[in-house]
Amino acid sequence: MGMAAESQFHVLAVDDSIIDRKLIERLLKTSSYQVTTVDSGSKALEFLGLCENDQNHHTSTNIPSVFPNNHQDVEVNLVITDYCMPGMTGYDLLKKIKESSSLRNIPVVIMSSENVPSRINRCLEEGAEEFFLKPVRLSDLSRLKPHMKKNKVKDPRNETEEKIENSEILLQQEAPKSQYSHSESESQSQLQAHSTIDQQQQPLQQNNNNNKRKSMEQQGLSSETDRTRQRYSGIATVV
Amino acid sequence: MDVGQMRRQWMDYIKSMFEERFLDGQFLQLQQLQDENNPEFVFEVVSLFFDDSERILKDLSFALEQQSVDFKKVDAHVHQFKGSSASIGAQGVKNACIAFRNFCEEQNIDACRRCLLQVKQEYFVVKNKLETLLRLEQQIVAAGGSIPIMELGF
Repeated sequence: MGMAAESQFHVLAVDDSIIDRKLIERLLKTSSYQVTTVDSGSKALEFLGLCENDQNHHTSTNIPSVFPNNHQDVEVNLVITDYCMPGMTGYDLLKKIKESSSLRNIPVVIMSSENVPSRINRCLEEGAEEFFLKPVRLSDLSRLKPHMKKNKVKDPRNETEEKIENSEILLQQEAPKSQYSHSESESQSQLQAHSTIDQQQQPLQQNNNNNKRKSMEQQGLSSETDRTRQRYSGIATVV
Repeated sequence: MDVGQMRRQWMDYIKSMFEERFLDGQFLQLQQLQDENNPEFVFEVVSLFFDDSERILKDLSFALEQQSVDFKKVDAHVHQFKGSSASIGAQGVKNACIAFRNFCEEQNIDACRRCLLQVKQEYFVVKNKLETLLRLEQQIVAAGGSIPIMELGF
């Protein structure tokens, strides 16, 4: 069905329902994607190699402070997540990915069984690429492909712009960024050092997030949201 | 009975399930995802649905038996059930869940208990029919036949 060229793309699918995990896995595999499924947002972050430091979250107690980083070498080209999950919702997961300098380039797609416009807009404004209504169908999956390409071929010019624009928080972003490019031969102690930095800056990053968004809006970068919104309005008429 | 007869029987049976609105087009999506590399896909998903449904029904019954009913909890269970039934195309269960959720919002305990009976009824009917359908499929495959491709006007 799918083309061989797509087989290199790896999708991380997140859903608390075992039926929906089975379904999305089959849909993606039929479309020739490599698939990993997990049942919660925190496991998704764990797979992506991001430390989760939210103390209020009940599962965080089970997660060691330093991840083995087994997955640093596994590139994830797209995350597709259910919206409504106990504990960390798909929206929370989206925010955590977009707040992380090492993960923010990974496109995120949200799935939900409910057609709530305010929810959909909130997700798109937070940086989701697409919003799929459940149950997801084979025909929906064609909408994933353009986002894969975008992630694969990173535009170095955009990265520079990003650095200047976010100079305020550049210091905090530097560490995880370098962590992202670590080879798997990296020693455990170095990874530990980065993880510690990661933990310390978590609250700072969250505080700065509002500023970051504000500055993005001021520089007219909200065209991104406009574009995705426009695309959704096309979908809404179909549903 | 030869394979041809069994295939016709299967077609008639699944058609009636659509006509009587037990199933919707989503079930055909599942059929589409089944191929020679995954010959058991529909059976696996439907089995997961049975296990999941029975757990949810137990949780729902328990939640509605309480002295003071936690409607948020009830609604969360019904929401799950609505999602899983929609995912396999069990239209009757899904529609019963939609009605159920309205009464959760109203916090109408009597209506919620009636809805639980209705959802249960819908579930057991569709379960029975799906089991018959899958048994027919197994017989067709065992006799060396293949499952017909369904194409309804959805």
